[in-house]
Parts: sequence; C-alpha cells; structure tokens
Amino acid sequence: MEIKTPEFKASSRIALEDVSLQKALGNLRDGFPQKRAAAVARMPEFETLRDQARDLKNHTIEHLDYYLEQFETNVTKHGGQVHWARDGQQAREAILKICQSADAKTVTKGKSMVSEEIALNDYLEENGVQPVETDLGEYILQLREDHPSHIIAPAIHLNLDDVSDIFSKKHGTERTDDPAALMQEAREMLRKQFVGADVGITGANFCVAETGSTIIVTNEGNGDLTQTLPKVHVVITTIDKVVPTLEDMTLYLRLLARSATGQEFTVYNTLSTGPRREEDQDGPDEFHVVLLDNGRSEMVGTDFQDMLRCIRCSACMNHCPVYGSVGGHAYGWVYPGPMGSVLTPKLIGIDKAGHLPNASTFCGTCESVCPVRIPLPKMMRHWREREFEKHLSPTGFRFGLGVWSQFARRPKLYRWLAKLSSLSLKTLSGKKGRLKSLPLKNGWTAWRDLPAPQGGTFMDQWKKEQGNKQHKGGQQ
Amino acid sequence: MSQNARDQILGNIRRGLGRGELSQQAQTQLRERIGQHPRHTIPARGQLDAEGQVALFRSMAEEAAAELIDIDSLEKLPIAVADFLQQNQLKQLLRGSDAALEALDWGPLEGIKVESRPVQAGDPISLTLSFAGIAETGTLMLHSGPNSPTTMNFLTDIHLVALRQSQIVGFYEQAWQQLRETVGENWPRTVNMITGPSRSADIEQRLQMGAHGPKRLVIFMIND
Ligand code: SF4
Repeated sequence: MEIKTPEFKASSRIALEDVSLQKALGNLRDGFPQKRAAAVARMPEFETLRDQARDLKNHTIEHLDYYLEQFETNVTKHGGQVHWARDGQQAREAILKICQSADAKTVTKGKSMVSEEIALNDYLEENGVQPVETDLGEYILQLREDHPSHIIAPAIHLNLDDVSDIFSKKHGTERTDDPAALMQEAREMLRKQFVGADVGITGANFCVAETGSTIIVTNEGNGDLTQTLPKVHVVITTIDKVVPTLEDMTLYLRLLARSATGQEFTVYNTLSTGPRREEDQDGPDEFHVVLLDNGRSEMVGTDFQDMLRCIRCSACMNHCPVYGSVGGHAYGWVYPGPMGSVLTPKLIGIDKAGHLPNASTFCGTCESVCPVRIPLPKMMRHWREREFEKHLSPTGFRFGLGVWSQFARRPKLYRWLAKLSSLSLKTLSGKKGRLKSLPLKNGWTAWRDLPAPQGGTFMDQWKKEQGNKQHKGGQQ
Repeated sequence: MSQNARDQILGNIRRGLGRGELSQQAQTQLRERIGQHPRHTIPARGQLDAEGQVALFRSMAEEAAAELIDIDSLEKLPIAVADFLQQNQLKQLLRGSDAALEALDWGPLEGIKVESRPVQAGDPISLTLSFAGIAETGTLMLHSGPNSPTTMNFLTDIHLVALRQSQIVGFYEQAWQQLRETVGENWPRTVNMITGPSRSADIEQRLQMGAHGPKRLVIFMIND
C-alpha cells in the first residue's frame, strides 16, 4: 500500500468535508463504543483481566526469544514450517516461493493487516499469482481497488450505495440495496474461489508456543474455508503475536472480542496446528508460518516496547475523537488511530509519519479502553520529543487548533464526542471513583471560544456523569 | 536467508533486553510454566453448578443465534434429525463417522442419502458431534479427526451439532484441559470454537446472518 502518511494534515481536512465519509463514520461512532461498554459491564472481572493481560504480555516480551523458539520447535514437531523474515521483502519472497512450489494460480486470503503491511497482493499479482480476498469487507475493497481504513472493519468508510454500485458493476448483476442480498451475492461468488484456490493465506491473532498453533478469530467463517480447502495453508504473522500457553491465549480471547466489537465471543475461534494428519479426510497438506519482524525486534528495550503488547482489537481507534472525525485513510497507511500513530512512525519512519503523533487531543481515552493498557498518549509524546530533537516537528501544527476548530462546528460530531467521553469516564476514573485527568481538556481548550454547538457541552456531560458516580457511591 | 533472519531477529531481541541467550535455569523455569499452564482469573459466571452451567450455555448460545433442540437421549438423535430434515425438506445428510454416531440406529433416515465424507460446495447440511460445550459464552468446541472432517463445520448451509449436557463445562480452560487429556500426544490439526452461525457487519455495520460459514447452527442438546 502506497504511503500517504506525510499528507495527513491535508487528508484530514478533506475527510472532514467528505459528506459520504462522515455518514459512514457515523456508523462506527454509533456502534462500537456502546457495544464495548455493554460487554464490559457484563464482565465484572474485566479490569482484573486487563491487568493480567498487560503483565503477561510484558513477561512474554521479556522472554520473547525463548517463546519464539518454542513456538518454532512445536510448529515443526507437528509437521509445519516456520519462515523467519526480517522485512517485507523477505516475507513476500518466502510466500511467493511457497505459492510457486505449489504451482498456485490463485490464492484465497483471510483478513490480515500484516499482509497489507507488506503489500502482499500487489507482489503476488506481479508474479502471476491471483490473490482473492474473502473477508466481505476486504472483498469489497479489492473490487474497488481500495484499502482498509480500519483494522477490524476494513470497509467502514463505505456506505451501502458504494457496495451496491461495485457489486452490480463487477458481478454484472442487477443492482440491489438490500445488504442481505449483497452478502448472499458475495457468498456465492466466493464459494467457487474457496474451492478452486491452490493456497490459502490467513493472518494469526496469536501464536501459541506450547503447541505451535496459530489462531484466527472471525465472524464470517471465511478464514476457516480459506485454510481448510486448499492444499497449502500459509499463516503470515509477526513476532509480537506469540503467547506462551493455551491458557494465556484464552486470557486474551476473553478481552479481544469484548474490546473490539463488544461481542461476548467471536463466532469462530480456530486453532491450527500443522498440516492434516495422515488419517484426516480434509485439511491442507502443508502448513507454513511466515514470522515477520519488520522493525519490531528493534522496539524491544526502547520507549516503544509497550506497543508490542497490542492485540489489534481496534478499541483505541473506535474511541478516538480524531479517528472518528477523519477516518482511517487520512492516516495514509495500514494502521490508523492511536495505535497507528505510535506504530507507523516505527514501521515507515518518523520522517514520513511525523504528523501522526500530533494527531491527538491527548484526551487519554485510547489508553483507558486498551485491553493491555498501552500508554498510547505517553508514547505519542515520546515521538514528538524525538521529532523535536531531529528538528522534524511540523511547523506550528497542532491537531487541536487546525482540525478541531472545524470539528467543533459540527453539532453531530460534537454530540458523539460528548457521548464517547461519558462512556470512557467510568474507565478513566479507575477504582478510586476520581478522575486523574480531565479527558479532552486539550480539545476543549481549543474550541471553548467557538460558538457552542447545540446538544450540550462536554462539561455538562462530565458533571452529570460525576453526579451519577457519586450517586452510585463511586463504584463502577 | 531464513536462518540468517532468525539469528538477526533473536539477536536484536536479546540486545534490546540487554542479555544473551537465557540461562539453562531460566529456560527450565519457563518450560515448567508452559508445562503447568497456569490459569488466569476465571470469570465467576463460568463457575456455576452443573445445572447453572447448562442454563447459562443455553441462554448464551441462543443469544448468539444458535438454535437449540432438546432430546432425551443420544438414541433419539436419528429421529430428531429425521424430523429436522423433513421440516426443512432436505433429502441428504453428511454426518461424522465417530463410533458414537455409527452405533446409532439410523433407520429413521430411510430415504435420505446419508454420507460420511468431506463436504463439497453445494452440500446443504452436516451433522457432527461436539467435543465440549462452554457455558460462559455458549461456545461449542469441536476438533478435527479421522471421523470428523473440518469442512462439515464450515461449508454447509446448516450445521447440526449433537452435544451431551454432561459435556458442558463452565469455562474455556476446562475444555482445553479435557482436550489435553483426551488427545494426549495426538494433538488435532484444528480445534474449532464455534459460537452461533456465521455473520458479518461489514456493510454499514449492519449485522447480517450467514456470511461464508453456515447460515444456521442447530444444537441437539442431549439430556444424559
Ligand atoms: S493499542 Fe490497545 S486498544 Fe489499540 S488496537 Fe492495540 S490493544 Fe487494541
């Protein structure tokens, strides 16, 4: 995927004026935060699990070399093969080689952000292998020659109309506005692909050292068909995905769906360990894991080590006022939102991604919802300090002053922000029932002189929330 | 290239951690931890009595849009399946060939084409046994094996699953433990945790049921 991150500032302004994008982003703003809050409320142990999840990731990173070696040993023990890759080029070459030795014409693909990170599709196509995206959102994007704008809801920037248009154009079918009919259409188109593909490529949510397994988490079942039907299953994943045991993986699974979509559990949680056994009637004959580094090993022992805890749940972007206002494409590369603002400068260079650590109101909501408690605002500050040292700081750019003033003139966005704040306040206030810092205060400062939009101010919401909290005796 | 990449990656990690390879003693400790695979906090909702677990499984599975059909005993499964096929006007069935299923009297399915093989595109319905039911989220655990092709869990439009109430555990870790004990060294190629039928919200975040996997997940709950 072409890097457009340096244009963040201009892209953000365009995004704010984009009526259809704003409509689409409304679907995100009205959905994920509320669903997460409801799921968290049903799980009284949630905060304890977050602490354990943070600590266990820290333990794993402290012993990452050991757990990666264990993982490799156990993949091999079950008949699979691990391919280590320092960078995107090595990973692409390894995957192409596997495809070529399987004589592959087409490969089906489950959703994988790592595959986006290494621009795998373009490379395969250039080399005569046709990739077919099978996740509904990714499939829509592939037809449109578009890119994901969100790490778990890749087509969140599109509206129903966009899907109707592209399906009737590419499938040659009659145009329909019924989402169920559109999904049925995709189901039928992709069924042939699933069955005909020579290689299936999926990502992995976790790699389990104990058993040498990878796990994918999907609602559609596309990842399962992708990895069950072809002769070869390739997993493309990164070194930070390893966890020691199945119990450790389970800890993260309890947090992942709830943090991401607000589901109690994702429909399909599928563990894969090696190729089909001799007695099995189906499943792939080969199982490969391409283990990509791409700069991650260099984060160990630095100010950015904590970022390696990320489980890619998307809660930070779902709750981010900046992401919610400008969408994922403005960030210009694969990983948007707060996690992207920390990770992208590391992966593509701070010289190209210098705007991103500034794309923040420093409201702290991202950290307050992150299941592994990554101090995202602190790390964005680290980047800003480094930029400053390198004299790379973009002149006078502060997200709050530029985009925020436009943001504040939009009552709908403003109301969403107020609602979002109230959802996260409970988490922010922690067990003491007291706020450590006032969320959004920087944003608030930036717009307080602007005409107050209808629908109540953030301060009203905050006071009300505080009142409620006292009423409930400060308990969550 | 690959070997070199491996050394470089591991070398980078060790440099970052400010140490060389872990001492034998430290490695032994980590190996022991993996062997013991300690549990983290188990949600209280997963620790009910047997009856509570069955009730929780039921409500969570239904919340995830699974359909539940109660039957008195495993012996009644063929007749319940026959009823289901008739109601849905289906004339064929793919089913697992596990010993427990093979032992049943499939007489009630006379006139139905019953096969035990991997699923092909277009096969409408499959029946498999579940390894466990997990109450905390209404989740089924199934695993691959010679008698249970994985395509049966994903490629048909309707997936029927037989689950004994006595197989229902409270929380995931219990199912992992049972799996370890059951399969020993013969770890299965795949373990599928399934919670309701396939779905997608990729178009405007509106939930649609029946994406690529089964459109219906029907659990025959056996009161044993
Ligand atoms: S940084 Fe935290 S909240 Fe954001 S995607 Fe990663 S784990 Fe989720």
